[in-house]
Amino acid sequence: MKVLMFGWEFPPHISGGLGTACYGLVKGLVHHKQDIIFVVPKLWGDEEPVADFVNASDVEIDYRETKFIDTWQNLTYLEINSYLVPYLGPQEFEKYTDYTMHHRSDVEESVFSNKYEFSGKYGKNLMEEVARYALVATQIAKSKDHDLIHAHDWLAFPAGIAAKQMSGKPLICHIHATQYDRAGEGGAQGPVYEMEKAGLLAADHVVAVSHLTRNLVIEKYGVDPDRVSVLHNAVLDASIIESKVKKKVPEKIVTFLGRITFQKGPEYFVEAAKKVIDRDPNVRFVMAGNGDLLNRMIERVAELGMGTKFHFTGFLKGQDVDDMYAMSDVYVMPSVSEPFGIAPLEAVRHNTPVIISKQSGVSEVLRNAIKIDFWDVDAMADAIFALLHYQSIAKMFKELGSEELKNLKWEHVAAKLVTVYQKLHQEQP
Amino acid sequence: MRTICFYFQVHQPFRVKPYRFFDIGEDHYYWDDYLNKSVIRKVAQKCYLPMNALLLEMIQQFPGKFKVAFAISGVCLDQFEAYAPDVLDSFRRLVATGQVELLAETDAHALCSLKSKAEFTRMVENHQAKIKRLFNGYEPKVFRNTELVYSDKIGAMVADMGFKGMLTEGAKHILGWKSPNFVYHNSLNPDLKVLLKNFQLSDDIAFRFSDKSWSEHPLTIEKFVNWMNAVPKEQEVVNLFMDYETFGEHQWAETGIFEFMRLLPGAILAHTNFSFSTPSEVLANAKAVAPIQVPIPISWADEERDLTAWLGNDLQNEAFTKLYEVEKRMAEIDDEELQRDWNYLQTSDHFYYMSTKFFSDGAVHAYFSPYDTPYDAFINYMNVLSDFILRVKRYEDAKVATEA
Repeated sequence: MKVLMFGWEFPPHISGGLGTACYGLVKGLVHHKQDIIFVVPKLWGDEEPVADFVNASDVEIDYRETKFIDTWQNLTYLEINSYLVPYLGPQEFEKYTDYTMHHRSDVEESVFSNKYEFSGKYGKNLMEEVARYALVATQIAKSKDHDLIHAHDWLAFPAGIAAKQMSGKPLICHIHATQYDRAGEGGAQGPVYEMEKAGLLAADHVVAVSHLTRNLVIEKYGVDPDRVSVLHNAVLDASIIESKVKKKVPEKIVTFLGRITFQKGPEYFVEAAKKVIDRDPNVRFVMAGNGDLLNRMIERVAELGMGTKFHFTGFLKGQDVDDMYAMSDVYVMPSVSEPFGIAPLEAVRHNTPVIISKQSGVSEVLRNAIKIDFWDVDAMADAIFALLHYQSIAKMFKELGSEELKNLKWEHVAAKLVTVYQKLHQEQP
Repeated sequence: MRTICFYFQVHQPFRVKPYRFFDIGEDHYYWDDYLNKSVIRKVAQKCYLPMNALLLEMIQQFPGKFKVAFAISGVCLDQFEAYAPDVLDSFRRLVATGQVELLAETDAHALCSLKSKAEFTRMVENHQAKIKRLFNGYEPKVFRNTELVYSDKIGAMVADMGFKGMLTEGAKHILGWKSPNFVYHNSLNPDLKVLLKNFQLSDDIAFRFSDKSWSEHPLTIEKFVNWMNAVPKEQEVVNLFMDYETFGEHQWAETGIFEFMRLLPGAILAHTNFSFSTPSEVLANAKAVAPIQVPIPISWADEERDLTAWLGNDLQNEAFTKLYEVEKRMAEIDDEELQRDWNYLQTSDHFYYMSTKFFSDGAVHAYFSPYDTPYDAFINYMNVLSDFILRVKRYEDAKVATEA
């Protein structure tokens, strides 16, 4: 099967889990002898050559194609309001909310220029880039032969829809996260939500990364349940990481590692920390990451008077992330809404026992973890205490966790996806 | 002699209430009274009361002919006294007919036989005393260990306590080619006779009765009578051992399980040459044919018929080890509440809830557990145990202080 796939990022140039998931999936699909044309807004040239990459920045669009006008007209709702880009740190976010969009004719001119250099990031021109990406998709769908179209998340949904309008091939929209996850109940508005909805409803089939997300897509976006499959994410490498890093404090370390945003539930971690510290002075808490709630968390920790026991590291990357996992005695992911959440699996690779919220997709596949409701601060504190004091749980997680990881392979995920592809391919008129 | 020996296990644990680590040192009451009461009342309505009434009716219909045996755990009797005196009365009426035998066991339905002869003996004596008090001076003569746990050593300890016989599982791996339908004797002490559960026929009723995927479903009286007649004629005793909650609780009334049991005695007596006997009668009438060798403990649980449902993972082993670390100290403690909690904390169910076998052996384990996962069960139990150990320590400190 020849699949025209639209993503937004690809390793090594990634800012979130989306690129990693696309990479794993593409590798898995290639393992099952599928031909993938992978389109990204910007190629850097150092991507692993697993697919036939297309750099959207290189694609010139042909003004004679009238379908462009249709696509553009469908995208005129892309006006930028503030608060819609969720991936920014507090400083950037502030700048961003001050930013107002140029007059639409400027955008139109820019998007319709002969050639367009994408940033491929999540910056201030995001909406403009999404729009241009859709136009490019039309061009690619016209020039590249394919059997199916597969688009990842809202950024690529307009591209997927545009490609489908051009070639008429079946469209799969793969949903890795929704605006509900990012913004809570307030997510049901604005252009991101609109684009998600348009993509999900236009798709011939929807792939969700968990049952949690599948239910959300059905309930909140009105997608027909028969058209939604669940494909859990997997790990690229299931091997156990033996780290030489030694922690430099005698106390046990309990870690939160992720974006400090509403979606990730950092405030519940802080409250649970207080309950543990009150009883057990022999423990330190670490919150690693950045996000719009960071300042509020710092204030709350000060307010609770546990500043000497609760530490903020700021944004970590590369080796620092690995070291952080390795130094931790417990890893907690208290996400309020987590479509999947790959981080706990990384913690398992470091033999670090994990506590995850039941409101995460990963809790559907990971057995050897303690699962709590994100709001149940007592249960979270209790689980932390237990992992620090009752040795056998950590011992069991170590023994069984690595076995479990071996079953979470991208090849297995891709095999399921191939059956979805085949079914769709056969069903098309 | 050709006979059927019915034995029913009646047991309910004292389940622990949700107990957080910040309750340690603060809250010393561990038991989920509301949950325990609701379970007892529910099972009373669905199983104990209707089934006891049915058995009484059968006993009266077949005087001197239809007989059964019960082992009622001490922790279950405590709960009957507190929450279901009506159930206790109905058991008393059954025992009063003389066609119902009560068996001895450990008071807390515990696994102490694996750990300590002293604690095992103490628990059995406590259970004996409780039976005597509640059932008009009744003295059990035959022993049934928790979940049919048995080994050569345990059998020898039971013989030392003066019992003439003991019940256990007719596990394939100990029987090999041999049939469970004979009386055997303990390999260390030939005075102790051993009755083995016929797990095929027992589980046909207890587990498969309503299983639509079972090739023999539905199980009719005719079918069961035919199977009994097909038992080779030299084989003497068919031991049908099962949870009493089979009737109405595991197999709902709608499955027809009560009707089946209502028709069974008459059909067996009329259409086969089998009688019904209590374990004591079997032991008195049948000779032991051979010793049974059980060097490694067995039970009636799961496919493996071993102890892994209770002591099969690190969680269970840590909890079990920690618990019995205080055993010796408990002998010195004269405090009613501490002794009660020591007793109730030993109940095997707490360890069963921690089994990770439920990941594979799913349904059965999940069905019985009040917890979402074995990890939750472990954490809760360990919190309680931590507080308990703290109380033991405080008691000892106070004692030293007064003596000084």
